Amino acid sequence: MSGRVLVGVKRVIDYAVKIRVKPDHTGVVTDGVKHSMNPFCEIAVEEAVKLKEKKLIKEVVAVSCGPQQSQETIRTALAMGADRGIHVEVSGKDYDSLGPLQVSKILAALAKKEEAQLIILGKQAIDDDCNQTGQMTAALLDWPQGTFASEVSLEAEKIKVVREIDGGLETIKINTPAVLTADLRLNTPRYATLPNIMKAKKKKIANVKPADLGVDLTSRLEVLRVDEPPQREAGVKVETVEDLVAKLKDTGKI
Amino acid sequence: TAVAQEVERVVPGCRGLSQLAELPETHQLLRQTCRDYADKELIPVAAKLDKEHAYPAKQIKELGSIGVMAIEVPEDLGGAGMDYLAYCLALEEISRGCASTGVIVSVNNSLYVGPVLKFGTEEQKKRWISPFTTGEKVGCFALSEPGNGSDAGAASTMAHQDGDHWVLNGTKAWITNSWDASAVIVFATTDKKLKHKGISAFLVPMPHSGLSLGKKEDKLGIRASSTANIILEDCRIPLDNMLGSRGAGFKIAMQTLDSGRLGIASQALGIAQASLDCAADYALKRTAFGAPIGKLQAIQFKLADMAVALESARLLTWKAALLRDSKKPFTKEAAMAKLSASEAATFCSHQAIQILGGMGYVTDMPAERHYRDARITEIYEGTSEIQRLVIAGQILKEYQL
Repeated sequence: MSGRVLVGVKRVIDYAVKIRVKPDHTGVVTDGVKHSMNPFCEIAVEEAVKLKEKKLIKEVVAVSCGPQQSQETIRTALAMGADRGIHVEVSGKDYDSLGPLQVSKILAALAKKEEAQLIILGKQAIDDDCNQTGQMTAALLDWPQGTFASEVSLEAEKIKVVREIDGGLETIKINTPAVLTADLRLNTPRYATLPNIMKAKKKKIANVKPADLGVDLTSRLEVLRVDEPPQREAGVKVETVEDLVAKLKDTGKI
Repeated sequence: TAVAQEVERVVPGCRGLSQLAELPETHQLLRQTCRDYADKELIPVAAKLDKEHAYPAKQIKELGSIGVMAIEVPEDLGGAGMDYLAYCLALEEISRGCASTGVIVSVNNSLYVGPVLKFGTEEQKKRWISPFTTGEKVGCFALSEPGNGSDAGAASTMAHQDGDHWVLNGTKAWITNSWDASAVIVFATTDKKLKHKGISAFLVPMPHSGLSLGKKEDKLGIRASSTANIILEDCRIPLDNMLGSRGAGFKIAMQTLDSGRLGIASQALGIAQASLDCAADYALKRTAFGAPIGKLQAIQFKLADMAVALESARLLTWKAALLRDSKKPFTKEAAMAKLSASEAATFCSHQAIQILGGMGYVTDMPAERHYRDARITEIYEGTSEIQRLVIAGQILKEYQL
């Protein structure tokens, strides 16, 4: 199989940052907060670049949906080895309500436009933990999906995917074109080396609007309120198992 | 931009001043790569490398493939073809992870590859630079002797011509990377009567007959880098191995050290940043008198003073790098950068231990290692005293004009 791979890269708050809820409880503080590429998206980019290095695919296109700053995320993907980027501009209220449904519609439209043969995404984003975009994209395109991939190998016109599931590992073979989502152990993403950072300067990032792709960004969800998780309270020690069971019953836990 | 042009008109040579607020994207990406590398690969092993005095061979090779072992070297020689601002950013992040690794990278870039790039013939560049860009091989710089450090003009290592060879005799002291290097630039006197104008620079491969190493010094800090004497006894090298012209050695050394100062300044910034990170983190967690100690003004004043010292040294370092990149004179600014950064490193690491209290004194926390690593930055590549003389000399020259 040769051809084009679309890789989705999402700009999220950096994993090391301590998240703070906004005083009006409409969301979390993002202004001035360090952002970086979603770690699972890094793994997706790495897998795509590896496939290209093995000459199994021809071109890696990095896609990101979001405001101006999403271009930095695409630039990082280019520095890791992606060939070109597509920035789908979404900002303001549209960006606040952007979710898997809208993104999967965008990715499906782009996949058709770019005649992609493979879409690789991270299994989920570390900000919303939705774990939906890959699955929705595959459904919209009526393509097979290999999610939670910890191993991917291309065999003739099919893809063998080893999936990490609750019961252990599941191996499936799917037809192409297909959607894959990357799990933690799929690979170890490479560092963006200085020579590649320099090469990335010359690579192109195209600007696209969702309307150009015929995508309606209206959200079906409304966020009512965002709160911090309850503060951890001190535990209580009990003497016997009977006491423990009694306490659990008392507090309505069982 | 209009702002940049205005700044350049008012403060000649500072075109890049407006860049200080917002780094170019490539520089941001490089900084992020080095930051990630330091967090994932250097911080976890720094204590062990220090304890075992172990040369970080694996890390140096990985840094070579990232492209930071020869940042300024053009791509056709195997380097990254970037500027000194990029070098300073990379080196600060690496040193924040492990100061020893930082000095190894700095010596290779500024003190070894740097002078060959500037003063070498095309042939010398191919032979003495290209193999040293990947992290497989590192070089070193031998100027100091047991009898002279700051007094560099008094080099007593001698070089005389014998047929088609130079023969070197003498001892060099305090040579960083010596035990791990594959080449050294040696400064030796070729014409004693000309005093400092009679010193020349020589490229010597390592190992080489007539060159031996003294014992590895047991240092207070930067212990994962090797420091030792280099002893030359009738060390014969081809005539082609002279770097630059006869008698140009002192000038080569001084110009090389100007750039080396930016490397050490960056190393010091990394150590200072690591100390500040350690102290601030601790201040938020440690409680005393019913609240995190970060709420106490005594601690807050320390953190503020540390941050100001660090940020001002950083801006001085970036300014010197930008001047160098614009090919403008930068001797004064480089000396100011090295002076302020090294004093910031010793100040920040000292205060970090103070904020950590007893925990700062034990090896469980990195504060004590930062304190030990910081100390050398005020000494090597020009002591703080020499830096002050350099700065004063430049200032007096400015006023006399």
